[in-house]
Parts: sequence; C-alpha cells; structure tokens
Amino acid sequence: MEFNPEMLLQLGLKVLFAFTMVGAVMTMAGYSVLAERKVSAWMQGRVGPNRTALPFVENIPFIGSFLKGLGIFQPLADGLKFLFKEEIVPGHVNKVYYYMAPLVALVPALTTMTVLPFGQYYDEAGNSSPLILANLEVGILFIFAVSSLGVYGIVLAGWSSNSKYPFLGGIRSSAQMISYELAMGLSLLPVFLWVSVPGSEASALSLVGIVSSQNDSAWLLLIQPVSALIFLIALFAETNRLPFDMPESETDLVGGFHTEYGSFKFGIFFVAEYAHIVVGSAIFTTIFLGGWHFLPWIADPWPATWVGTLLGIGWFLAKTAFLIFFFIWIRWTIPRFRYDQVMSIGWTKLLPLALINLIVYVLLVTWLDQTPSATP
Amino acid sequence: MAKTVVLERKPLSLSERTYLPQIVTGLKTTFSNMFKEKATLQYPEEKPQLPQNYRGVPTLVNDPNGREKCVSCQLCEFVCPPKAIRITPGSVPEEDEDREHVEKAPQEFEINMLRCIYCGYCQEVCPEEAIFLLDEYSSSGYTREEMINNKAKLYELGGTLPDKHYKWDKKKDAEVEGNAH
Amino acid sequence: MISKGKTDQVTINLDGNDVEVPAGMNLVDAVALHGKEIPHYCYHPQLSVAGNCRMCLIEMGTPMRDRGTGEAIVEEDGSPKIGWVPKPVIGCGTNVSPGMHVKTESDLVTDCREGIMEFLLVNHPLDCPICDQAGECRLQEFATDYGRGYSRYKERKNVKPKRTRLGPRVTLDDERCILCSRCIRFSQEVAKDDVLGFVDRGSFSTLTCFPGKELANNYSLNTVDICPVGALTSTDFRFKMRVWFLKETMSICAESSAGCNTLVSSREGVIHRITPRRNDAVNDSWMTDSGRALYKRIDSDDRLKFPLVDQEKSSLEDALAASISLLKDKRVGIVGSCKSTVEEQYLLNRLAKETKAKKYLRGHFGEDDGILLSADRTPNLRGALITGLASSYPKENLNLLGQALKKGQLDTLIVVGEDLMDAKVDAELLSDIQIIYLGTHENATSTLAQVVIPTLTPFEKSGSFVNRSFFLQGFKQAVPGLAGLLPDISILVRLINELNGEAELSSDLSAVWKMMARSSTSPLKGLSFSDFKKDGIELDGSKWDELPFVEQKALHYEPTAELTTD
Repeated sequence: MEFNPEMLLQLGLKVLFAFTMVGAVMTMAGYSVLAERKVSAWMQGRVGPNRTALPFVENIPFIGSFLKGLGIFQPLADGLKFLFKEEIVPGHVNKVYYYMAPLVALVPALTTMTVLPFGQYYDEAGNSSPLILANLEVGILFIFAVSSLGVYGIVLAGWSSNSKYPFLGGIRSSAQMISYELAMGLSLLPVFLWVSVPGSEASALSLVGIVSSQNDSAWLLLIQPVSALIFLIALFAETNRLPFDMPESETDLVGGFHTEYGSFKFGIFFVAEYAHIVVGSAIFTTIFLGGWHFLPWIADPWPATWVGTLLGIGWFLAKTAFLIFFFIWIRWTIPRFRYDQVMSIGWTKLLPLALINLIVYVLLVTWLDQTPSATP
Repeated sequence: MAKTVVLERKPLSLSERTYLPQIVTGLKTTFSNMFKEKATLQYPEEKPQLPQNYRGVPTLVNDPNGREKCVSCQLCEFVCPPKAIRITPGSVPEEDEDREHVEKAPQEFEINMLRCIYCGYCQEVCPEEAIFLLDEYSSSGYTREEMINNKAKLYELGGTLPDKHYKWDKKKDAEVEGNAH
Repeated sequence: MISKGKTDQVTINLDGNDVEVPAGMNLVDAVALHGKEIPHYCYHPQLSVAGNCRMCLIEMGTPMRDRGTGEAIVEEDGSPKIGWVPKPVIGCGTNVSPGMHVKTESDLVTDCREGIMEFLLVNHPLDCPICDQAGECRLQEFATDYGRGYSRYKERKNVKPKRTRLGPRVTLDDERCILCSRCIRFSQEVAKDDVLGFVDRGSFSTLTCFPGKELANNYSLNTVDICPVGALTSTDFRFKMRVWFLKETMSICAESSAGCNTLVSSREGVIHRITPRRNDAVNDSWMTDSGRALYKRIDSDDRLKFPLVDQEKSSLEDALAASISLLKDKRVGIVGSCKSTVEEQYLLNRLAKETKAKKYLRGHFGEDDGILLSADRTPNLRGALITGLASSYPKENLNLLGQALKKGQLDTLIVVGEDLMDAKVDAELLSDIQIIYLGTHENATSTLAQVVIPTLTPFEKSGSFVNRSFFLQGFKQAVPGLAGLLPDISILVRLINELNGEAELSSDLSAVWKMMARSSTSPLKGLSFSDFKKDGIELDGSKWDELPFVEQKALHYEPTAELTTD
C-alpha cells in the first residue's frame, strides 16, 4: 500500500475520536456509579457520598462546598482506591482466564459504541451527516453480536475462579443471557419492519436510519410500546441489573462471578457493568426515544450549524442520562427475582409476548402495504 | 387460641397480573422519597441527642464530696458477661479518717473496652451506685493497652454524680453519736 | 456430737413421711440425711450444742403413752397418737427417738424462722459489699429464704467495734456477729485454748478476747471457718478475693502425717486460701493455721523455676540427658523423701531397682500438739513403708549415707527434696560425688548438685498420701505448675524408661496405679486412684505395728506401739 498522508490523518482522527468516545463512556460509567450511590441514598433518606474533595477546588466559595456535597470527586477517589488496593490472587484460580475475564467483560461494552450514532454534523451546505465512529449498515446486528460477548467475561470469571459461588454466578449469567437475548432480538424485528417499509429511505438494519425515521414524527416508543417494553426488560437482564442480577446475587452467592476478585480487577468488572448500562441506555435512546431529535412530531428547534450539533448531542446525552437514572430508579424500587422466576419470565412470558408482537406487526405492516392510502 | 380465618384470595385482574401498575406505584413512592428530608446525621460535626438512659462507656464516679464510692465488692466483675472488668481489691488504711469506716476500696480497677459489650449489668448490679454507663460512646485508641481503662481513667471519665443516700456517712454518724455503749 | 458406733436405725416421721435415721442422732443431722435442711447458726456437728441462735426451731412430737400403764395410746384408726410439744423446739437440742414426728415445713416453723431472721438482722450492718463472708454467708442464705426483704426497724442500729484484731491471723467485726458462740465453743473444746467470750448484755453483747489474751493458737482460723457470718475473718484472706470466684479443689494437707482433708481455693491458677474439708475419720472439720499458709511456698523466692545443669540454666531435656549419663553404669545412691506422694515413692523405688541403688530416707520430726499437727512432719512416711522405699523407720539423720560416702561406695546420688547437710551429712563428703537433685525449692544440697530438676508442689500435681492412721487419701491438682516443668512422676518415668530400654512406663496417674495395684503383697493391691479420690481408704498397716512411730495420741489417732525413742 502506498503511503498516503491523507489516510494517516484520517486514521489519526479516527483514533482520536475513538479515545474521546472511550473517555466519554468511561467517565459516564464512573459518574453512573456516583449517581447510583447518590440516588439510592436520596431514595432511602440518606445524603450519599459528600466527603471527597480536591485540595484547592474545595476552597472555592459556594462552588467548592456544593461540588463536595454532590460527591463530584467520589469516582476519582473510588478509582484511586481500586488502583492502590493490595492485589490479591487466590491460589486456586486458573491464572490466565482469571486475568482475562475482566477485560473480556469490558471490551464488548466499549466496542458496541463504535456503531452508535449520537448526533449529526452539518456541513456548510446544511446537509447533515451522522456523528458515528463506524456507520455500519447492520449496526444493530453488530451490537447484538458484540454485546453478547460480554457474558463470556462473566462466565470466564466464574469458571476460572475455581470456587462454588462464582461458578454458580457464571452459570446463571449464561442461562439468563440466552433466555433474554431471544426476546430482545424478537422485540426489535417489528421495529425494523416498521421502519424499513418498502420505498422508505431507511436502510434495513441501520441505527442511523432508525433515528432519522423518528425525526419530526412519532418516536418508536409510541408506535411500538410492547417492543419497547420487552426490549427494556431484556436490557435490564442483559446488563445484569436488578431485578435481574443473577450473576452477582449478593444475597445468595456472596458476590457471584466476582467473589474471588479484588482491587483493580474488580474495578474493571465494576466499570464494565456500568459501561454496559451507559451503552444500553444509549441504544434504547437511539431506537425508541428518537436519538438526538427533539420531541415527537416536533422538528429540531436548533439551527443547522455546529450549535445544533452540540445541542443535539446534549439532547441525546440528556435522554441517555434519564435512562441511566431509570435503571437506578428501578433498582432501588423493585426487589430481585428468584433464579427460577427469571427463567420463567424470560421463556414463558417475554418470548411468547415478543412472538405475538411480531406477528401482530407483521400482519399490520402487510395490511398497510396492501392499502397504500394508509401508509404512515 | 385465636381463631384462624381463611380469606378468599381475590383473582388478579389482567393489569395486576402484568405487575406494571404496581411497579409504577413503587416508582412513584421511591421518587417522592428522593425529595423528603434526609435522616442522616453528619456525624463528627453533628452529634446525636442521647436519651437519658443511654449506655455509653462504663465509668467510676465519686460522691459529691469527691470520695471514691466503689468498695471493690467485685459484683460487677462477677456479673460482667464478657469478663471485661478486673478488680484488685484493697483496704482503706485506718489512718484515712474520712474513709476508714468503709474499710474496702479497689487497689486497681480495669475495664477492658475491647471486651465490654455495654450491657450495663455492672451498673445494675452495683450496690454502691459507683459504676455508671455515662454518655461517652466514642472511645478509641491505637493499641490494645490503650483500650484498657484503669482506675484513674475510669474516675476521670466518670467524675462526680449526685448521691441520694450517703450510705457510709450514715454509718459514720451512727458511730459518732449513735448507740455506741 | 455424733455418737459413733451406733448403727441402730430408728424410724421417725419427717413431714409426714416415715424415714430411717441412726438412733440418737441429732435431729439437724438426721433431717439432712433425707435432703431437708433445718437452718441453723449455732449448731455445729462437731461442737457441743448451745441452742442459742433459735434458727432451728421445728415442731416435734412423740408417741403418747399412758402414764399409768405405759402403753401406747392409739388414734381411732390404730395409728399411735402423737403428743406434739405445744411450742416449737430447737432441732439441734433434739435427738431422734423411735416414732418421733417432726415438722420442718409447717407454717409455724416458717413463721419462727422469719421472726428469728428479722431479729438477727435488726442490728446487722448489712455491709455485704465489703464483707468477705458474702457468697458463703449463712445469714445471706437464710435471709434470702426467710427474710422479709425490707426493714421495719426505724431506730439506729447498734454500733460495735469493727476491724478488731483478735489475734495474729483473725480479724473480728463485732457488728456482724450474731452471737452463735461457735468460736467460743471451738476454742474451749477443740483447740483447748479458752480465750474468747461474750461481754455486756442483751443487744450490746459483744464477742471479745479475755483481757490480756489473744486468739493466737494454731487453730485460730478454724473459728473463721465455722463463723456462720462475716464476724470472724482471716487477716490473710481479708479483701483478697470474693469467694464466688474461687475454684475449690479437694486436697490433702502436706504439713504433717495427720493428713487433714482440705479444699484449695484458687482463681485462675492463683491460690487464695486453704480451708479444711470435713472428714469425720481424719480431721473432723479442722486444720492447722500453719497448714493453711503452705500455699505461700509456691511463689517463694527460693522456688526452683527451671532445670540447672552444672548450676547453669538449661532445658529439661538437657537436664534429663545429663542425669542419664550420671546414672548409667554408676554406683548410685537414692535419698528418697517422705514428702513425696505414694506414686512418686513407688517410681523412685523402681528407679532404685533399675540402677541397683542404695536407698536412704530421713524423717522430719517436731512437737506433737495432740490434735492435728503430729510429730511426724512429713505427710507420707507410711507411704514409703508401703511402697518399699523404706524398710525401716527413718531417722532424722542420714548417718548410713555418711558412712557409705566415707567408704567411697557411691558415684552418683539422687536426692529428692532433702537437704543432706541438714541431715548431718558432711558437705566435704559430697564433693567427690555427682548429685542429681529433684525438688521444689533451693537448699544447700541443690546448690551443690550437678543436675537440678525442679518438681512440683502438692498443689500443682495429683497424687496420694498415707496418713498416720494408714488412711490412703488422694489429692488433685489445684493450680497449673510453673511453665515448662513436669510433675515428679513424669520425670521419674522418663528416667526409668531411658535407663531401661525395654520398660515403657506411662506417666499417667491411673497407669502408675495399675502397676502398683498388681503387687500381691502390697496393701495397695487391687486399688485404683479413682477409688479414694473423694474419701480416703483405710489400709491395713498391721504389718508395721511394731515400728517406733513418733506420733502421740491425737484427734482420731491412737498410737499402735509404745514410743521407743528416748
């Protein structure tokens, strides 16, 4: 291949974007942890972390104490704590897989975001193009494929720990993943059926297409509420969030898959879990909440310049943040399911519901196709 | 025996069976909780209001005349469930005119705060009302030895409490002006 | 007092049930045989009856007889008609007679006890928190049973002398005294030292010593034991430890051949006091004051605390190895001790056989007080005779050993606890031989010894002694021995095992007893340690009747032979 400075620049830019994205997602994951601690504290009548402070920032009048009260610096302290904790490796583990597991858990979470559109960019002519690291035509398939890999981290951790509780956690995790992956996939089919009506410009499985279809029209949440519900529930299960925290199950499995993990390795698991939540929330936003578009049936009120780009990204982040809050909110409201209940909901409730939902929409879409006047 | 009444469980409606309305109710509750007043006390800056009968660190107290009340009867040592108390009994020298009639006093009195469970049995059993669990609750130290309160420390913590009886003074009065023959 | 030798049983009716009791027995004791208690203060089974505390009031009646004919009067249903004494009588002043009816639980009896308790407590100072008797106080116990829980007495309590010194070992608190006179009767009847009495009248009655006298006899602390309240307290034990912390171990006093049964009271491995244990065949309920002080020897400065080889601190293993090398193929002499236990003497005898050693034994003799301090100041001289360690009656000196040393017949000497210089052996004679010293305390011999192996005091080990009446009595370890030391029998067993490659003796007490009981000629035949752990066994000592035992007639002891010494 011939040396091409243009290509090098492109490559450099992509790497820069990638790092920015990773940084953004990791930061959001860190602050999701803080949000979790704060929100749970508020819901329980407590105040949450409010002691960490940076040396000089602390002394700024009002702002310093306000930030301290919010616990803004807590994630920093948490991260440092994980870094400086004594690195303990139990003698009975399978070392290679034991070290590999946290990485296997984290990498898929970070990889899925490459195909995630989070805004749009306007060139000088006013034409818009999506902000996305890799605009795949089959984005959603990529997400499904990669995010499911995350479970390998958990299974590996459970197995390599060579101890009962992590093993049970790993087993549960894989069972749960399989059970809910089906419902999740089926719940999205009607969405794509609906979006890619013949003649529409939206590409079959492109996330960008899905977002565009929601511009200035109804959000898919309103059109496909059942799909959205099933997808949301499955999302909870996929991210191992309460009430589906089978792999961890603090109450019955000590810590589940990460029982034998400590210090930074545990920290990576922790961040991976929240990265999953961040990415999951972003996906839900993209598919069902109109992405960076303003409100249902209302055109974006911002100008088609860089201001609009920033506002769009902000709006997207706001929706994502709300979803993260929703995740936390649910966690501190609903008690967890028993393992058998998790299985029964997945297989006997969600899967049939998703199938019925699919059939109904297939019939509906077919009927709409047959009656051109009813085109949405 | 209370009579057992078997209640017929009402069948759930469709919406109830999805549990979604219930979940929404729950979400409402937790959400409204977020804005309620917090119950947390900012501990080192704010201290809790202790109730009257609070059981803190056990201490030894003096009577209002500054005299040692403990007579080292060792009942507290006996009753102490975790065996935290250790007393070396001793006698009051006959030259001590103020206390001579009490005869007995502890030579050393140690309470091991690493063992103490703050049950208050010692206070309850004390026939001389000499040991009290006062409102000091945050005792700490860097070594195990530091956590063993000796007699001097116990009196320093306890200080002086009012005395209703002056039991031994009554005895002394009787000796001075009473039925001596 | 209990009348001895009367084994006739009579039937009395105790609270409606017919029970068998020994004829003529004091009612208080007779009732106790059947699990009922008549509370009492002044009565003591081994003292005369005073009947002055009135706590033991009961209802009593005997079958009525016709004054004219002497025939029993019967009720309509044929049972004998009981003539109840119209007022309550004192139990301690009543001896059982056939057909006697006794009520110990009636309302009247309870009323009496409650009344007596209230009177006794009228002037009692109630200073239980500072009273050493608290926890073993009869007044506390019966106040719990029959006290009213509050006082109706509004007047000022009597004030009497407190903290009075009655003698060198006894402190008196007159306010606590309930005037039971047990101490007075004990001094008169048992100690035969009449120094105590009451002065003044009524509620001013006060216990005191006769002018110019003090309670200084060697039995003075027994008055503390029998005092039912905290009036008489031991100056030594005063304010040392509350009795409820004390663990009591059955032991035997090692002061003399009287072999008083004792209780050793200790807390967490520290002995606080020694009190007598009742044994009507040996020491009744008494012991000497001097015997009670023996525990202080445990911690004395001259106690041997670690083994010495050539007077240098060493390990027990090294000391044993050094001993073996001094014993192997040498001409050995063994100086045993009458202070060792039966088991130790037996093993020492085995060791003597193993090393073909000459055996020597000395006695320790003193004044005989005719009660419980016998002239033989060793606890186990008769044990040495029974185990074969001694073949003749030991003398106070070891002239035979001196002669053997002069002739150069010995290379190595094992000395158990004795001081050879004290036994008239010339120190110069010891310079040519090697000495292995086994003992608890330092003495002139131990400072000469090549090997010193510390042993344990009787408080720190289990074993048995044979007293002057050939009572075999066991005692148990009361406190743990000094760290790193082994009991004497373990050391002896180790030596025997090392010297004789085949023998595999066990240092377990019951195993030693199994071996001892095997000998068909020994009076110990067929016995085991558990047989006499609680009460002694009287052995047949007739074989040694002709020996010149030095003990004089004393409490529960009759000399068997005329004294041949001087």
